[in-house]
Amino acid sequence: MSAMLGYYPGCSQSGTAAEYDISTRACCKALGVELTDVPDWTCCGSTPAHTVDHHLAGALAARNLLQAEAAGLTRVATPCPSCLAALKTADAHLNGQGADESYRAEVERLLGRPGPGPVESVSILQVLFEQVGAGAIKKLVKRPLTGLRVAPYYGCIMNRPPGLMAFDDPENPVAMDEILAACGATVVDFPFKTECCGAAFGMPRLDIMQRLSARILDTAANAGADCVVVACPLCQMNLDLRRGQVNAASGQNIQMPVPYFTQLLGLALGVDEAQLGLGKLVLPLAPALETADRRERTREAERAAKAAAKNGANGSKTNQEPSRKEDAPCA
Amino acid sequence: MQTPRQTVDLVAERDLAFVEAVAKESGQDLKSCYQCGNCTAGCVYTTDYDIPVHQVMRLVQLGHKERALSCRSIWLCATCQACTTRCPNNIEVATVMDVLRHMARRQGYAPERLVKSFADGFLASVARHGRVFEAGLAAVFAIISGKPMQDAGLGPAMLSRGKLAFWPHEPSGKGKAEVADIFRRFKDGPPAAAKPVETSGEDAK
Repeated sequence: MSAMLGYYPGCSQSGTAAEYDISTRACCKALGVELTDVPDWTCCGSTPAHTVDHHLAGALAARNLLQAEAAGLTRVATPCPSCLAALKTADAHLNGQGADESYRAEVERLLGRPGPGPVESVSILQVLFEQVGAGAIKKLVKRPLTGLRVAPYYGCIMNRPPGLMAFDDPENPVAMDEILAACGATVVDFPFKTECCGAAFGMPRLDIMQRLSARILDTAANAGADCVVVACPLCQMNLDLRRGQVNAASGQNIQMPVPYFTQLLGLALGVDEAQLGLGKLVLPLAPALETADRRERTREAERAAKAAAKNGANGSKTNQEPSRKEDAPCA
Repeated sequence: MQTPRQTVDLVAERDLAFVEAVAKESGQDLKSCYQCGNCTAGCVYTTDYDIPVHQVMRLVQLGHKERALSCRSIWLCATCQACTTRCPNNIEVATVMDVLRHMARRQGYAPERLVKSFADGFLASVARHGRVFEAGLAAVFAIISGKPMQDAGLGPAMLSRGKLAFWPHEPSGKGKAEVADIFRRFKDGPPAAAKPVETSGEDAK
C-alpha cells in the first residue's frame, strides 16, 4: 500500500453525521491508515441525482474523481455508502467494462472538460477490514467491548449490487461483524443486516421510513442487541435522530443507541472519547455500555459462584448451593 | 399485498418504441425477465407500491408505456438494489426503475409529488452551494411540502448536538462554481446540432 489513499468525506459527514467523519479519522490515525483529503470536493450527487438523470449523476461524481486524479490519488476511500455508490457508478460507466462512449461524451459536456481516468473508490469499512484486518485490530484493542451485544446493520447499498460494490457478501456481509468481534463485542444473529431503512424518504414519505426503520429496530431488540451499529449516515439518522417518530408509529419504546462502527472501534482502540463524537448521538451510548458492563459482572459472579460450588461440593457437602443457584438471575 | 387485477388490451396499448427506449437507456436485456417474482419478493416497498416491481417489468416488456410511467412505484423505489442483487437473469431492475422515473419526469408525471420535490430541492441545494446544505434543504422542504411541523421536533436534538449548521459548508476552491456550471449545462441541454434523436416513445404528453 504505497500509493496515497484519498479521503472523500461527503456532505453528511460535514453536517448531521459529523461524528462519523471525526471517528473515521480518529480510527484511521490509530490504525496507521493515512488519509489525504480530496481537495475542494463537492457533492457526489447521491441518490437524488441518479433518480433525475444518469449523466448529471455521473458528472457530479466524476468532478470529484477529477479532483482526486489531479491530487495524484488513484484510490479514494469514503465512509458513506451512498457517496461510494455514486463514485463507483461513475467510474464503472466511464472506465469499466462496457464503458459507453456516448455516456462519457455527455458527462464531459456537463463537466466542460475531459473526464477522469480510472480511480478506485472503496469504503472506509473495506479499508479497515482488508488493509488493516480484524486480526491486527484485535491486537491493538486496549479497552475491549466485552459483554456489549451488537447488531451490525450494513444498510442496503454498502454491498449491493455486488457487481458494482465488489465487497463482502451482498446477503450476509461480515466485515463489520468481524471488526466488532475483534473489539471484544458479542455480535448477535441479526437477519436484517441489509434491509432498507427507508433511506431518504424520511422527509417526503415519513410513513414509509417509520415502517421500515421500526422493523429494523424491532428485529435488533428481539435479537437481544444493546445497540445497532451502522456504517451509513442516512441509516443512522433514520434510526437515531428520527427514533421518536419511529417509536411513535410503531407504538414501541425502543431506546437502544445507534453508534457508527467507527465510534465503537475507536472506543476499543482506546481513542480519546472527545475524538469520537459520542456526544453527537441522540440516544446516548453510555447506558448500553453500562448494561454490558453489568451483564459481564453478573456473569463473572455466576462463574465464580459456580466454581466455588464445585469446590464446595468436592470438599464438605453443604445444602446451600442449590438455593444460591436459584437466586441467580436467569440468563 | 393483493396484486391489482386489470384487463389490458395487449395490442392496442403496445408501444414498441418505448420498450426499445427503456432497453437502450438502462442497458438491460428486458426480454430475459421471465416473471419469477424474486424482485417483488425481496422488495420492502411492495406494500407501498401500486404495481409490484415484477409487474412493472412486465408492463415494460409489453410496451404499456402509459401504465408504466404513470405508476407510483417508480417514485417509491429507493434503489436499495435488493431486486438487482437477486435477479436470476442479472437484470439491473433498480436501473430500469430509475430510467422509468427519468422518462416519467420528462413527460410530466409525478404521482408522488413530494418525492420529486425532495430530489429537486436536494439538487437545487447542491447547485447553489456545491454541497448539500442540510438545514437549508430541510427548511425549504418543510415549506414546499405543506407539512412544516413534521420534522420541527428534530430541531432541538440537532441544535444541542451541534448538528444543525446555519451556514452551508461550501467547498473551499473552484468547486462551487464548477458544480453550478454542471447544473447550468445540464439545464441548457446539448447543443441543438448534437442533440440526440428523441425516440418516438418520448413524445411530449
